[in-house]
Amino acid sequence: MITYLRDHTQEVADRFLTHAWLALLPLAIGLALAIPLGWLASRYRWLYPGVINLAGLLYTLPSVALFVIMPSIIHTKILSPVNVVVALTIYTVALLVRVIADALIAVPDEVRAAAVAMGFTGLGRFLRVDLPIAVPVIVAGLRVAAASNVGLVSVGALIGVNQLGSLFTDGFTRDIGSVVLLGIILCVILALILDAIIVLTGRRLTAWQRVGA
Amino acid sequence: MGVIVDFLGNGANWSGSDGIPLRIVEHLEYTFVALLFVCAIALPLGLYVGHTGRGSVAIAGTANALRALPDFGLLVYVVLLISGSLPADLAYTLPTTIVLVVLGIPATLSATYAGIQNVDRAARDAAKGMGMTGGQVLWRVEVPNALPLIISGIRSSMLQIVATATIAAYVSLGGLGRFILDGQSQRDYSQMAAGAVLVGVLAILLDLISTAIQRLVVSPGVTGRFRTSAARRRPALIASGQEGSVVPTS
Repeated sequence: MITYLRDHTQEVADRFLTHAWLALLPLAIGLALAIPLGWLASRYRWLYPGVINLAGLLYTLPSVALFVIMPSIIHTKILSPVNVVVALTIYTVALLVRVIADALIAVPDEVRAAAVAMGFTGLGRFLRVDLPIAVPVIVAGLRVAAASNVGLVSVGALIGVNQLGSLFTDGFTRDIGSVVLLGIILCVILALILDAIIVLTGRRLTAWQRVGA
Repeated sequence: MGVIVDFLGNGANWSGSDGIPLRIVEHLEYTFVALLFVCAIALPLGLYVGHTGRGSVAIAGTANALRALPDFGLLVYVVLLISGSLPADLAYTLPTTIVLVVLGIPATLSATYAGIQNVDRAARDAAKGMGMTGGQVLWRVEVPNALPLIISGIRSSMLQIVATATIAAYVSLGGLGRFILDGQSQRDYSQMAAGAVLVGVLAILLDLISTAIQRLVVSPGVTGRFRTSAARRRPALIASGQEGSVVPTS
């Protein structure tokens, strides 16, 4: 494994970075889409069941299936990494929209009343009161999404998208277990790095939780 | 989309040893064998941990660590590791089943113990106060109350197994993943896409069936179909960090 890593340093590093990018981009886009959708579902309760059921349905689809069907929906090439990004964005949104809607619904009425009494209205109240209170729950959801994204990106190797998962297909076709093991270890390291970033960012955003504790 | 319909509409694809019905049966076989083992291992363990509170930290830690493992990598690695020393008929099925079971356990396990642990303290204490033994509290109070979460854990495990069983085609197994991989090697997109659609439909159908089962076996009092103010205020379980990889379905 060490010799392989030494001989292929550049190639492995490239794959690691591509993998990180393919996992992170859908996470960012997914979060950006899930916040307004979650807000809508929490604000207009009649939307809630529809949004949540659709999310559940999308989350049910196996990743390989989604990767393969993508080209016929968005007219990309089968080998395009865009398929992976769009598919994983769908998963991220599906996972986070419910988490965010539930977190916003769970904001205590007293807190909301206090915020209104202090003069917070509309978007200001959402951004400075409701959303910060929901951060711990959103962070928990993001951690799940990040870990599953890292794993799912590697499945993209089956349809020829080059990243750490390619170490699995390379290792399998050449019957070298250590190459596969290297890919697994790097995936886990990447997942741990993303997890640490999310946890630390979450802590920075919720400094109020530790005030006067 | 038309190419998918063409493939699915072609009668020749619906018969023989590589026909669609047989692939579906294979896929279901991998899924249910693995799910059976998952339940046999994760349910008793989850009930024990939830009821006694022993080992919950270790289980949460292990479940999180397992979630970071890439399914596909694990599958390929275990096959390379042990398939050589197995007789031909087991060479691929046994390692694949092991991986499917390992991947399926965390969702059911964490949902089971979290479900039991989150049962209202007051209900548990009341049952004890009425003179129920530990076992009676577990089976008559804790399990019925935790059932929605336990079943949704099993559903998450099942969906994950269905998805990973698709990848099993890569290590020479059958199942619906065969269409995707054979289609790719033959540069036949219609076959790939048809396989993908079939896997998607199968997953959705299995999920619908398990939703129906859930409705049948869960006591109406705990389904949330009768809303109480307490149920409405219940914060999202995920906030407690115990939620595991439970897909948040009701």
